Amino acid sequence: MFADTALAAPLDHRALAVPSGVAKAQAKGRPRAVTHPTDTAMSDATRWMLAVRDGRDRAAFARLYDHFAPRLKGMAMRGGLNAAFAEDVVQDVMLTVWHKAAQFDPGVAPVSAWVYRIARNRQIDMARKRARPLPEELIEEASEPDSQQIYAMEQEVGFLQGALARLAPEQRQIIEKAYMGELSHSEIQAETGLALGTIKSRIRLGLERLRHELKELR
Amino acid sequence: MAEIEHHLTEPLLAAYAAGNLPQAYELVVAAHVSLCVECRARLGAHENAGGAVLETLPGAALSAGLRDRVMAALDAPPPAAAAVPRRSGIFPAPVMAALKGQPPRWKTLGGGVRQQILQADAEGSARLLYIPPGVAVPDHGHGGLELTLVLQGAFSDKTGGFGTGDVEIAGPELEHQPVADIGPPCICLAATDAPLRFHALIPRLLQPFFRI
Ligand SMILES: [Zn+2]
Repeated sequence: MFADTALAAPLDHRALAVPSGVAKAQAKGRPRAVTHPTDTAMSDATRWMLAVRDGRDRAAFARLYDHFAPRLKGMAMRGGLNAAFAEDVVQDVMLTVWHKAAQFDPGVAPVSAWVYRIARNRQIDMARKRARPLPEELIEEASEPDSQQIYAMEQEVGFLQGALARLAPEQRQIIEKAYMGELSHSEIQAETGLALGTIKSRIRLGLERLRHELKELR
Repeated sequence: MAEIEHHLTEPLLAAYAAGNLPQAYELVVAAHVSLCVECRARLGAHENAGGAVLETLPGAALSAGLRDRVMAALDAPPPAAAAVPRRSGIFPAPVMAALKGQPPRWKTLGGGVRQQILQADAEGSARLLYIPPGVAVPDHGHGGLELTLVLQGAFSDKTGGFGTGDVEIAGPELEHQPVADIGPPCICLAATDAPLRFHALIPRLLQPFFRI
């Protein structure tokens, strides 16, 4: 997915020096304790995003921009915006990524899904000129990042991309149209049946994570 | 809260994730997800799929100056975030946002039934309904899909029982007459994709008492 290994140099090694037990002990007193799993288990985008979140790293942000901005513009234009408005959306989304980086949690959502959600919400808010109804955020108090969970999310991204690549072209087109907002819910119901099944199997992981999280909150 | 039995469908969650759902339905989806761990996870899976699709997009060429403009804007203070209303009592945060942070201002429909319209436009409408125990939910003859999320109490119709947190998804073919269970008053969030039609909201028996 991110072929350029020259860009993959770890941007923030501080946390790697901290044994996980220490990080755990410190987690309560700090806004974020970073326990990076091994570098190979983490995508470039995740590393860049963590460097932005924890180090306000502009070089890492520039990498994220180069990776996501053209895709975000494509997404906005598929949503029916002209090129100029689509770039307004790109700018707005990328600045939201910068400003809301503290909310990024690689154990909850991969970077691509986090950016996708921000883009959707911003695009709708800008089109409607009013805030979109959003679910409540889960209250996460000092939940220390779980490297196994981050690894599971990374795997999930790979699995989904692999599943997309293996779909027959027509099926893949339908899934693309569905997630680019080109199908209504009734069209999704009518047209995506089989292809949608490929993501259903991924729900279990998310469910287990949430149950785990809620147990910790109690 | 008893276990939630009636959940959102995959197409509704996918359309919400993809941003192609009328706002009235979005409100029901956001409210149910606020109450339901399972649907939160399923929505997360759809967002992951959306992210995977985003990764595979070819991408569009950007204007030359855009990157510099974005990088230069990093130091500017972030736009002031609007205050996000919190959950209050039985009303999850997105419903409180639709209520603009205020308690509901109920309008009487007759028979003890009350409503507050939260949102109405050409794409659909969303309202809160208050149904006293044992009373029938107004026969509102929705034209398209109707989503009803129970926030308090319970109701039953010929398709089954719906308790707090459950969402009933009723197609236009379903002629149902939900009745609030005995117990606390039933409070629901209901959304349709039909434009708001007041006459259609009134139970036939009550029509003489209610004119707009
Ligand atoms: Zn649910």
